[in-house]
Formats: sequence, structure tokens, C-alpha cells
Amino acid sequence: MSAIYKRELSGFFSSAVGYVVLAVFFFFSGLFFYNYCFLGDTASLAYVYANMFYIIMFIIPIITMKSFAEERRQKTDQALLTSPTSLTEIVLGKFFGALTLYGMCCLIFLVYAVVISFFAQPQWSVVLCTFLGIFLLGASMIAINIFISSLTESMVVAAVIGMAAGLVIDMMSYFISSISIDWIANILQKINFLNYYTNFTYGILSLVDVVFFLSVTGLFLFFTVRVLERRRWN
Amino acid sequence: MIEVKNLTKRYGEITAVDGISFTVDTGEVLGFLGPNGAGKSTTMNIITGYISSTSGTVTVDGSEILSEPKKTKQKIGYLPEIPPLYTDMTVRKYLEFMFDLKRVKLPKKEHIDEIMRLVSLDKHGKRLIKNLSKGFRQRVGFAQALLGNPPVIILDEPTVGLDPKQIIEIRKLIKSLGKKHTVIFSSHVLSEISATCDRVIIISDGKIVADAKADELYSVLSGEQKLTLTAEGGSTEIISEIQKIPGVQQVKKTGAETYSVEYQKGADVRRDVFSAMVRVGASILEMKSGDESLEEIYLRLTEQAKGGKE
Repeated sequence: MSAIYKRELSGFFSSAVGYVVLAVFFFFSGLFFYNYCFLGDTASLAYVYANMFYIIMFIIPIITMKSFAEERRQKTDQALLTSPTSLTEIVLGKFFGALTLYGMCCLIFLVYAVVISFFAQPQWSVVLCTFLGIFLLGASMIAINIFISSLTESMVVAAVIGMAAGLVIDMMSYFISSISIDWIANILQKINFLNYYTNFTYGILSLVDVVFFLSVTGLFLFFTVRVLERRRWN
Repeated sequence: MIEVKNLTKRYGEITAVDGISFTVDTGEVLGFLGPNGAGKSTTMNIITGYISSTSGTVTVDGSEILSEPKKTKQKIGYLPEIPPLYTDMTVRKYLEFMFDLKRVKLPKKEHIDEIMRLVSLDKHGKRLIKNLSKGFRQRVGFAQALLGNPPVIILDEPTVGLDPKQIIEIRKLIKSLGKKHTVIFSSHVLSEISATCDRVIIISDGKIVADAKADELYSVLSGEQKLTLTAEGGSTEIISEIQKIPGVQQVKKTGAETYSVEYQKGADVRRDVFSAMVRVGASILEMKSGDESLEEIYLRLTEQAKGGKE
């Protein structure tokens, strides 16, 4: 697993992907930070986090689009699948590789908190709680997008479907409000990412939210392993 | 070393590999021959665990690929048809990655150095794989298959797309590997297989149509034998005189002064042809006991297999 993890991480920085992702993430978070915290004269990062939700939905498909689609197209998956490494290890190696790059993106929020601390006293418990929230949201989106990447041979298709999925998750609240059948709306409400994420941005740490994101992550990584397994048999 | 039993792979309606069985002994170099789409790559992909068979078993050095995948895969070095290279890595970095991926227990730096020397890559460690020519890429693919000195090495069409000099180098390399490893390699070029292998298996349409030692291939496979003769003299006399020789089945004029003589398997008519030519006063310019060429045998066998199926 560690070999794949290392290769995945170095792959981001031997191509432009790693730098582009970091730059876009820093730019938008910086923009929101400046707009809300400096112009809005507040020490709360809640708005910044809330807006980053939309940016993350677009950034993560870029991080993960290559993971399995490109391996398959270049036939490098033959090296992985014929090595003495299990499918679970391969999937986890790729997942943690992407998660580490995403983690680097998130570190910028700690920088913002430190900047705020020069002007006001940030609530560190809230800062860490929101940090955990954005990290868990990212982890679940990475798992979903790795799964999407494992379904196709084209990384462009993987990225587009990933972004579409992100858009659906973004607009879930809007869909729910337009559905008049109660039980469907209720079910959708239960899988509305924003519901679980918003709590973190308010600084509320609840076990339900943590478990939700961890379950989504685990479930989609499991699906990915199944897809690879199935391909081997067909 | 390798035992394949009743291997079958079906893709929906299509049967890519149809009940193949064979064994390969330790230190043997086995050639896998067949036209494109015969099932060579599929068989190799199953042996190496890239895909699973529909039915049948593969055992490598006592361990079964399905029940003990990790243990079995550790014993195999595989070079697929398209070398699995990460083009954004340097040669050395890539080999280090494959070394870790394969969990090789040998001293890392020394072992990679040794392998790179073996495939003459030692001066190219710092080059990016995407800047390498096809021949060099193939060598990097070879190097990764050799990492960890696995007892079994499987090569899928390793010489396709290389220039003649590179092909000769790769063949030499395969021959030298045969001393320490058990090697299976596939090709659709017959001369290549017969020059490099101890044993040859010909497959067509997912079935084995021939399995023979390389030097016996010819006598085992050919039906009747043929002689090509170039002689100066009256052609009617030549033909009628040769036809009198016992064992000769047919004489045909194939050119101005060339004749093809078909004779029974086992009969050697060359001396008789020589004295027949002396009798009619013709001079032999060339005589070649070129039975059916290996290429002809190969074509006949693979065509037969196809014909039988339709």
C-alpha cells in the first residue's frame, strides 16, 4: 500500500495537477476569507467554510480523475493487479494519496485562523471542528470520485461525471424543496451532505455527522474494490 | 513449475480460451505461438492473475493463483504486451516503485543496479520514461519483470515493434534468462520462437493445436516431405526419371528449371535424385530438402483449427 501511496502523491507533483489544485483552492479560499473576514469585519470563518463546499465539489474530481481511469487506459493497472498487492491495498493507497493532497489544501485554513488571531481571539475549538468537517467532507467526495474513476477508461469522463455528481450534491436542498412527496423528500434530506456539513461550520461536533461522512467514504471505497474485482471476472 | 489445467475463459458468447492444459518444467523456455486473437494474451493474463479464468486451474511452483494470489504473484515476473510504465517517472524511480510494489526482499540499490546493467539501462536511470524510444521502454518493461528474480518470467510479444538489432538483443536476453528462470513467451513470429525456445505450443482459436520440442517441431508436424530441385536439362526426362524413384509421390515443375518433389515421410530420396540426374545428363544447380517450411506448417495448423470450428 505504501508504494502506491508514495507513487500517487509524487504523481500529483510530477504533473501540474497537484500545483493547479493547490493554487485554485488557495485562491478561492483566500478570496472568500478576504471578502467575509476582512471586508465583513468578522473573526468567524463559518462563511468561508460554507462557500468552500462548492469549490470542493469541483476540485476533487480533478484530483481523482486519473486514479483508475488513466491506469486502465495506459494499461499500467496490469502492473498493479499482477503484483502481490491486494485490491483493497491498491484502492486505499490511491485514496490516501488523494487525501494527503487534499489535506495540504485544507491546511490553508489553519493559516487563516492564525492570521485572525493577530486581530481577534479565534475560538480554537470551532476552528478545529470546522477543519475536521471540511476534511471529512473531502474524504467522502474523494471516495465517491475514485469510485467514478474506476468505472471508466477516460479521465475526462470521470471528471465530468464527478463534477455532475458534485453539482447534484450541491443542489440537493434545492431538489428537496421542489419535491412534494414527503417520504422521498425525507430520504433525500437524510443523504443531504450540506445538512451534515453545516453543523461543522457552526462549530458543532456531533457523532452523527462524523459517522455519516466516514460511512460514505467506506462505502464507496468498498464499491471501488468490488468494481475492480468484477472486472477481473468478466 | 507451471501447471495449467483445463483453462477456459469466456467473454459472454465468445470463448477466448477453450480448455487449454499444459505444463512447463523448471528452466524450460516455452514459446507460445499463434495468430493475433488466438488467446495467447488471455492465457498469460490468467496465469499472472490479471484476470480470472471461467474454469480451470493454474498452479505455479505448487501454489494456486486463485487460492493464494499473493504468494503466487510473487513468483512471477510479467511483461504484458504493452509495458505497464508510468511515463511521468524516471527509469530509476519507476523501478524503485515496482521494487516496493512487488515487496522484493533483496538489497534495493544493488539489485536495481544489477537489473539495469542486465538490460543495458545503467546509463539511462535519470531519463523520464516518456522521452524513451520504444526499444528502451521495452527494456524498462523487461527490467520490472526481472525485479526480485522471480522463478517464472512471462513475456507477451516482447519483440513487437522493435528494430532488428533490438530484436536480436531481446532474444539473446530471453535465452540467457532460460538458464535461471522458467520462461513463457509469446509471439506470432514462428522463426523467433523456433530460434529461442526449447518447446513450442501453437494455439489457435483458444485451443492447443500443437505441442512439441522446438527441434522436433518440424518432423512431428509436417505430413509429407518436399524437395526443391534446380536442374539444367530436358524437363520431361527429368520429371519421368524422378517419378521412377521409389517413395516419390509427385513431381511438379515450379519454374523454368525448378522442380518440387514430394515424397513419403521417412524416405530420403536425395541420393536417388542425384543419380537420376546423372542418368538423364542433367546438372544439378541446387537441391534443397526444404520440406514444408515452418511457416507453412504453422499456417496449415492454424487454418485447420479455424476450419474445424466453422
